[in-house]
Amino acid sequence: MYDYTDFDAAFVARRNAQFRAQVERRLSGALSEDEFRPLRLMNGLYLQLHAYMLRVAVPYGTLSSRQMRQLAHIAERWDKGYGHFTTRQNIQFNWPKLTEVPDILDALSEVQMHSIQTSGNTIRNVTADHFAGAAADEIEDPRPTAELIRQWSSDHPEFQFLPRKFKIGVSGSPHDRAVVKSHDIGLGIVRGGSGQTGYEVIVGGGLGRTPMVGQVIRPFLKKADLLPYLEAIISVYNLMGRRDNKFKARIKITVFENGIERFRDAVEARFEQLSRDFAGVAPEVLAEIEQSFAAPAFPDAPEDAYLAARAADPVFRAWSDTNLAEHRAPGHAIVTVSLKAHGATPGDATAAQMRLLADLADRYGGGELRISHEQNVVLPHVRKADLPALHAALKTEGLATANVGLVSDIIACPGMDYCTLATARSIPVAQEIATRFRAIGLEEEIGRMKIKISGCINACGHHHVGHIGILGLDRAGVENYQITLGGDATETMALGERAGPGFAYDEIVPAIERLLRAYLALRTDPGEPFIEAFRRLGPAPFKAALYPAEASRDAA
Amino acid sequence: MSRGFTPKIVTANALVEGDAVYLTADDRWSRDHAEAELIEDEAHAQLRLLGADRQRDLVVGAYLAEARQGPNGPEPVHFREAFRTRGPSNYPHGKQEAGHV
Repeated sequence: MYDYTDFDAAFVARRNAQFRAQVERRLSGALSEDEFRPLRLMNGLYLQLHAYMLRVAVPYGTLSSRQMRQLAHIAERWDKGYGHFTTRQNIQFNWPKLTEVPDILDALSEVQMHSIQTSGNTIRNVTADHFAGAAADEIEDPRPTAELIRQWSSDHPEFQFLPRKFKIGVSGSPHDRAVVKSHDIGLGIVRGGSGQTGYEVIVGGGLGRTPMVGQVIRPFLKKADLLPYLEAIISVYNLMGRRDNKFKARIKITVFENGIERFRDAVEARFEQLSRDFAGVAPEVLAEIEQSFAAPAFPDAPEDAYLAARAADPVFRAWSDTNLAEHRAPGHAIVTVSLKAHGATPGDATAAQMRLLADLADRYGGGELRISHEQNVVLPHVRKADLPALHAALKTEGLATANVGLVSDIIACPGMDYCTLATARSIPVAQEIATRFRAIGLEEEIGRMKIKISGCINACGHHHVGHIGILGLDRAGVENYQITLGGDATETMALGERAGPGFAYDEIVPAIERLLRAYLALRTDPGEPFIEAFRRLGPAPFKAALYPAEASRDAA
Repeated sequence: MSRGFTPKIVTANALVEGDAVYLTADDRWSRDHAEAELIEDEAHAQLRLLGADRQRDLVVGAYLAEARQGPNGPEPVHFREAFRTRGPSNYPHGKQEAGHV
């Protein structure tokens, strides 16, 4: 893992000291809220419905066990004993007091973490595939690239006041697990004709009010050209992007309004000019970063104990069917630990759970953890022989739920239980869907399913790219939920289409149940997942299940 | 009486804790919605809001929220304001934890 240099540590310490003084001046009245607000947002501190919220970056979703323990300590000492992992690989603390935030930031810096640029119109936390460095299908670990971008973008003087926030995601595999096509810039590591690796550069993706699938601006970019090319894209956006209308200020609108060709021409011209003065990063710097992400040794490990446990224990077998992914090394597995126990809040982990995960990472996973954008925790390198013991230990803190990729593995934003921007609640809808489908025993039968819930049009819950998306709105002072169907968050990204009129709070879970019962009746066989049945049949039979009254009227 | 004005209360978030607070008729900030001053006149509402805005060492982001008279004092009209009087629905945190509801 990457270790702070003296420069990094001094930079964060200086920022923390500045913020401590800014809080003191706010409390003394020397700073008004209008003056203080941009300063606190630069440090990831929001004011939410019931309290402040501190958003802490987990760069490219990678955490050490020591960092995870410190997050547990912060949750216990300054919050209410838990933290919330988000779709952008951040952790949010929902209850800090303003007066205590400087101490929290100091505690974070002890483990090389911070909340700088987790808000504001800057380049945000750079996200990456949560299986980075472990996945069997990986071309190259995306994290050295993400770390390089983090260093370049942190406090970048030209990009502190962009027209709007800016998100970059990096994938190193042909199977996109990092949703790169919904980022302002998405990077996919690809192998070029000569065998050298480089980047496919995607620009102008985004969800929110105007969802768009990113477009390829460069099919192959040499690795050495990365920083000048990114600088060219963002500086063109910085000038061309609209500052007159907040809703049209993201780069996706700039690309859409100008067209990808015109935007590309401007970027290429700027790149040519820039690359004369800025050659990018020295190869030895990149080599040093790459070295810090070198994979541990994966000695051949026997699988007998794993296979025996699978044969003997149906609970373990069910968990290993859903929660394991293929590792690049034989005898190893990638473990996804579900933070979606039925009825729990998606993405929440208690301090005790965080400590257990840190201990298990030390014992079985080389001290490394990942946070996925699907709000689960990943142990990337576990020997299969250790899986039975790991599973038994996870059970002690309610972390052994066997539901990854199933109907209850729901992405949900905090919604109106916490967020000031929300127009409806998300969390209780997720909780009720999960408990309902367990109660009726259909979860395993339904199989692969991505439900994603957002509590407002900003789409933090990625509803547009859920197989089933749910969007909570305020309709004349009442919570109302719109359903979208057929979205896809992978390399074949598709935006879901709206099914029809929204449902009231107490109607939304029954509507999802009708929809999924219809799918079970319509699928060719249990091997055809919902999304494939939807692609084969189109929306009509699913709409008929959602709106039975309209369907029978049309038939009459 | 001003035409079409629906009754309001002045609400904000406490500067240190961030908790929802309500302006009372005797110029205190209460954590309890029922203690809020129910304002039926638009001009008076604007004056009270201006006064609240000046208390920058105590509160953040004061605004007028719709309310109606209930048996124990003013009650919220919109569900967002109702959530603010309680706390989140997934844990007994916020005002429901502090025993304010």
